[in-house]
Amino acid sequence: MAPVDVTIGRRPDLTGALLGDTDPAAQGGWTDHPPRMGFFTDTSVCIGCKACEVACKEWNAIPEDGLVFTGMSMDNTQGLGADTWRHVAFVEQRKPLAVQDPGVLHEGVDVLALAPQGSGTSPDEAGTTPTTPGDPGDLRWLMASDVCKHCTHAACLDVCPTGSLFRTEFGTVVVQEDICNGCGYCIPACPYGVIDQRKDDGRAWKCTLCYDRLTVGQEPACAKNCPTDSIQFGPLDELRERAGARLASLHDGGVTDARLYGRDPHDGVGGDGAFFLLLDEPEVYGLPPDPVVTTRDLPAMWRRVGAAAATLVGAAVAAFVAGRRI
Amino acid sequence: MPTDDAVERERQGAGTPGTDVTKDGLRGVRPDREAVTGVTTGRPRGGRGRRRRGGETPQVPDATFTSYYAEPVINKPVWEAPDIPGYLFLGGLAGAASLLGAGAQRTGRRRLERSSKVGAVAAGFLSLVGLVHDLGRPQRFLNMLRVFKVTSPMSVGSWLLAGYIPVAGAAAASAVTGRAPRAGAAATVAAATLGPAVASYTAALISDTAVPAWHDGYREMPFVFVGSGATAAGGLGLLTAPVAETGPARALALAGTALELATFERMERRLGMVGEVYSQGRGGAYVRAGTLLSVAGVVGAVLGRRSRVASAVCGAAMLAASAATRWGVFHAGMQSADDPKYTVVPQRQRLEQGEPATGTSTTTRTPAATTAPSEAAEA
Repeated sequence: MAPVDVTIGRRPDLTGALLGDTDPAAQGGWTDHPPRMGFFTDTSVCIGCKACEVACKEWNAIPEDGLVFTGMSMDNTQGLGADTWRHVAFVEQRKPLAVQDPGVLHEGVDVLALAPQGSGTSPDEAGTTPTTPGDPGDLRWLMASDVCKHCTHAACLDVCPTGSLFRTEFGTVVVQEDICNGCGYCIPACPYGVIDQRKDDGRAWKCTLCYDRLTVGQEPACAKNCPTDSIQFGPLDELRERAGARLASLHDGGVTDARLYGRDPHDGVGGDGAFFLLLDEPEVYGLPPDPVVTTRDLPAMWRRVGAAAATLVGAAVAAFVAGRRI
Repeated sequence: MPTDDAVERERQGAGTPGTDVTKDGLRGVRPDREAVTGVTTGRPRGGRGRRRRGGETPQVPDATFTSYYAEPVINKPVWEAPDIPGYLFLGGLAGAASLLGAGAQRTGRRRLERSSKVGAVAAGFLSLVGLVHDLGRPQRFLNMLRVFKVTSPMSVGSWLLAGYIPVAGAAAASAVTGRAPRAGAAATVAAATLGPAVASYTAALISDTAVPAWHDGYREMPFVFVGSGATAAGGLGLLTAPVAETGPARALALAGTALELATFERMERRLGMVGEVYSQGRGGAYVRAGTLLSVAGVVGAVLGRRSRVASAVCGAAMLAASAATRWGVFHAGMQSADDPKYTVVPQRQRLEQGEPATGTSTTTRTPAATTAPSEAAEA
């Protein structure tokens, strides 16, 4: 993908500004822009290697995010924040879906012959994946790499009072660190708990979907480094199609627990720019089951504020009328 | 056996005294330290407080919902007390005091006028100070005025304060010095016009977040806030003006307290499970203190309306009540952000009742559903 010439128009089209399916880059004022880019994270092939976390940290020069032992399976990263832009969740369940024993011996395998195949066996050819149906085992281990969702209707961007958060030509949401004054409003606005404040720095930080790499036609560092293509990067249209096909093939294979999360452009945030294939309910992975962009209710909030302000005026007038007698 | 241990130590050498690994397996194994997965073991250690850096936490902290190791779903606000609850309190006080000052001027209550106007500009300014002090980069405060965004109540509020503080200041200066009475009157009108907005926009500010107790309370929060602001402004009037002039202040505090208590009660009831944070923990304690102080203040002010001392004491109680309410709302919101229950359970209930927020669930379960939108796009 080559860098694309873009121009900023004066009057963004505001239809669908708060809800529903829309072209976020056009709404952000880009008149001529590349297709919307995003991630499709297929957790059914995630092996929990954390290469995405490492690649993200290295490329974006993110500081250390706390060296702690949490006791949460293999997850000592805990969650997304200012210094964690990719987070691999590890869920251990006594909810058998597939046996983890591949059921084959490896004596006869010629590893040298396998080498030309590349760094990993493609999911179609693998003897077993976390989703391979089989006899129930004792344990199922779910892994999922979480990231900023780059919502179609992004609450963080809506509430940012400085214009530091902006919509890029790729339809992603990025913080301009030279403008952010650390007011912290974006942090509780995010329904997913993605963005956070870097304490010693005061400003808010989150995934940029590697805006710098995108502008020169490179894919984001995490997707580049994912050895199983659990993290797929591309035009959102294409990813949505690919995810639909993947879901169909998993359902055909008997993995009826598989579901897509954030793919639907009519959900509470107008669809995620980074969406997921999950194997259990979203909250199992720490994701909200029915997130809504908080600004959906903002028109109603302003109406209420107006009514309350009028009530205050009325109370003050009444107080002076009554106050003559008291 | 000691001899075996000695042999083992000899074999491993002096450099590895701490290891438990032997040829026969692990020494000192405690079966109960083996991690149990996916099993309910009660609430995490440390109770309801911080648990982000906790030890072993259960997969399922409550039978009625699932979470990821009891970690919060949303990131807790980084706003701190006293900056932000103080900002909420002082904004309400300033806005309502501007109305009281304008009315006092019109009805010739000079002492009430002066103290209300001075109180309004002082509170408005300190409110701004609280906001700026809470910024991660206070020196970049002026970036707030880079843009005007109606989608950001903080942007709207920054512009409001930027307009309000100068006019409230001019009104107060004119009232105190007696100079430029016409300009002072114009400034008084401007301050009284912006005042109600200053007193109420902070409700939209905290409601326009994903914090369950704040967002879900958006219908009543503006009324709670203006009620609380009216109580505070009335309290300031009672504290500072002579009894001959405090009639309207008392009436305003009475109306404010009634409005605040009624709408707060309604909000708590409507919120259901999420509303419990307003009666629990630190937030609940502040809310209760606010209720007690405002009721005591109003009752005392009405009964002791001829006493300067009683009026002043009750006025101070009302100011404290308003502050306590804001601190309570602030901490209750923090509590609701800290526990995944308040985020997950209402959303899960919506889904189970077949009523996702926008009519469409964010989760696509059937492959057929994924083909429909793209086909529609092609057509």
